[in-house]
Amino acid sequence: MSGHADTYQPVGPVSKWLDKRLPIGRMMHNQFVDFPTPKNLNYMWTFGGILMFCLIVQIVTGIVLAMHYVAAESMAFDSVQHIKRNVNYGWLIQPLHAVGASMFFVAVYLHIFRGLYYGSYKAPREVLWILGVFIFLAMMATAFLGYTLPWGQMSFWGVTVITNLFSAIPFVGESIVTWLWGGYSVTGVTLNRFFSLHYLLPFVIFGLVILHVWALHVAGQNNPTGVEPRSASETVPMSPYAVLKDVFALVVFVILFAWFVFFAPDYLGHADNYIPADPLVTPAHIVPEWYFLPFYAILRAVPDKLGGVILMFAAIAVLLFIPWLDTSRVRSTKFRPIYKWFFWLWAFSAVALGYLGAMPAEGAYVTWARIFTFIYFAHFLLVMPIVGVIETPKNLPRSISEAVLRRDSGSGVGFGDAVPASPEKR
Amino acid sequence: MTFRSSTKALLVAASLTVAAAAPAFAAGKGAQIERQSWSFSGITGQFDEAQLQRGFAVYRQVCASCHGLTRVAFRQLAEAGGPNFPEEEVKALAQEYEVAGPVDDDGEATTRPARLADTFPPLYPNVKAARAAHGGAYPPDLSLITKARGVPHPEGVVTHTLTMARDMVTGYQEGGADYVKALLVKYQDPPEGVEEKDGLYYNAAYPGNWIAMAPPLLDDMGLYGDNPTVPETATQYAKDVSAFLYWAADPKHDVRKQTGWLALIYLLITAVLLYITKRAIWKKVKH
Repeated sequence: MSGHADTYQPVGPVSKWLDKRLPIGRMMHNQFVDFPTPKNLNYMWTFGGILMFCLIVQIVTGIVLAMHYVAAESMAFDSVQHIKRNVNYGWLIQPLHAVGASMFFVAVYLHIFRGLYYGSYKAPREVLWILGVFIFLAMMATAFLGYTLPWGQMSFWGVTVITNLFSAIPFVGESIVTWLWGGYSVTGVTLNRFFSLHYLLPFVIFGLVILHVWALHVAGQNNPTGVEPRSASETVPMSPYAVLKDVFALVVFVILFAWFVFFAPDYLGHADNYIPADPLVTPAHIVPEWYFLPFYAILRAVPDKLGGVILMFAAIAVLLFIPWLDTSRVRSTKFRPIYKWFFWLWAFSAVALGYLGAMPAEGAYVTWARIFTFIYFAHFLLVMPIVGVIETPKNLPRSISEAVLRRDSGSGVGFGDAVPASPEKR
Repeated sequence: MTFRSSTKALLVAASLTVAAAAPAFAAGKGAQIERQSWSFSGITGQFDEAQLQRGFAVYRQVCASCHGLTRVAFRQLAEAGGPNFPEEEVKALAQEYEVAGPVDDDGEATTRPARLADTFPPLYPNVKAARAAHGGAYPPDLSLITKARGVPHPEGVVTHTLTMARDMVTGYQEGGADYVKALLVKYQDPPEGVEEKDGLYYNAAYPGNWIAMAPPLLDDMGLYGDNPTVPETATQYAKDVSAFLYWAADPKHDVRKQTGWLALIYLLITAVLLYITKRAIWKKVKH
């Protein structure tokens, strides 16, 4: 992909001058204007651009909020109210940031889902995928740190519960927790350092995103067939084709975003976070933000504290290994008659774990959480290696163009019966 | 992607977003709290100025003897999108309150009458003083009460999910107002076999049912002046003061929703134009 013909023509003396010294215009042209994208991408491929937009929104609104926010135990809660009531357009900027965090996760979950469904983690995109997992981890850390800052009841008790998890680590656990807190309990000291880190991490994410995009532009985009483009006729230049499609999808996404910001800014939050933090009063139910709920359910499904912590982190860490756990010859789940069912079972389990994470950890809820936790891990550790070997994939189209032609002529599934399944690199 | 798989993806997206709302409004279990029809309900709702004015009358004559409103500034009472009282009246009202003034030349703390820019002064120097004055119970500040409370979701995965989906589509945010209104009118005798508790009152809406606040509202308290336009009943008082407190917690509510409609119309038109452009550009590509 990165080897496509260089068609950049600097226009005007300044561009020509710069092109000889720092060919940034040439790079941008080759990577974001002329870059070949498979012509059969569907709308699930628009979330990369949407996520870039989300990151920028969070950084811009965050910088403005930080100008008015006070990261001090006695003033944090009041300063957020001050922003919402008195700061010019604070009533808009604050929910943009708070709802924006949720929207970021909606988009990233769909992006990950697409990668899993179409096998975008398989060779030669392993590094691209692994960088993505690190971005996801950094996002979770940033979101968790950010949720501390309003210093409401749920902020305070969320931090208390989650940081306490580290105490499960043998020998050094207690020391780590004291070190994280900056004392022997969650206090304004903790708040202050979390604010500092919350401001730092988005720029780490930004750096990782640059690497992620770089890796993408080396390997090129996967596509719904999972068959690599064979000729220039199977790709279109990123601009205007992919750009227009991405921008349209982005605006549709922003409509959803705006819906929550303007009409239901508190819908995705918790009422208890409008009560100032009080170390002496524990809320009836301590629940994290919705995007952590599946992992919270896994944590609580294990009767042992250390075991729960390990499994919770393993739920993300396992993603790092799936390029090698998946033994299938083909990428796209579309051509995998058996795996397809397991895939949707896994997707259902992930959503179900989200629901169970919001429920009290008692009775049948725990039993179900254990069942779905088993399915979650079994999918990666058993289904991916085993089904890939025993399953006979449907015949792949020889090329993207053939897939498009066959679909348009309405021949449905079995693309060209005479065509043998093209073996892909494992 | 085929249409079918796009639909599946959308379903996953929808269920992810539905799962999103699970923790919202889970603030404590009480009795079923009926959803009210508010002027500010839903995505087109706006405050009813007259109702906010009546609600403030209730707050000032009843609630304010125990509950603070320390995040609300006097000037806000004179703003559009709120009670919108005449500014002169609010100025005069503010002057009835004493707030902390500058330290004088002898280093002594002073007080001065409040001005429009001031917020309602706190009623108690600290929480302990408040508890001491109320037999151990702490009357919370009401500035954010309608955001800090909510109605519990119904039990069961199906009704729960459906309720979440409906609330998302209708923009339901009024749980706190529904709760406050219910709390104010749901004082009743404890059910058979439940023993009375000393100094506490039975309330069907309150989590745990026993509340230290005596029933604050009765019919015909004469709170609405000489020619009231609405019946002076406890229910009406409760509704009006809940609406007022909803405004107190979200004073930018009206402008937010108005801006929201402009933003939405703009985005929808942009989306249509972009889609047409995208179609035109892709027309010659078989994809």
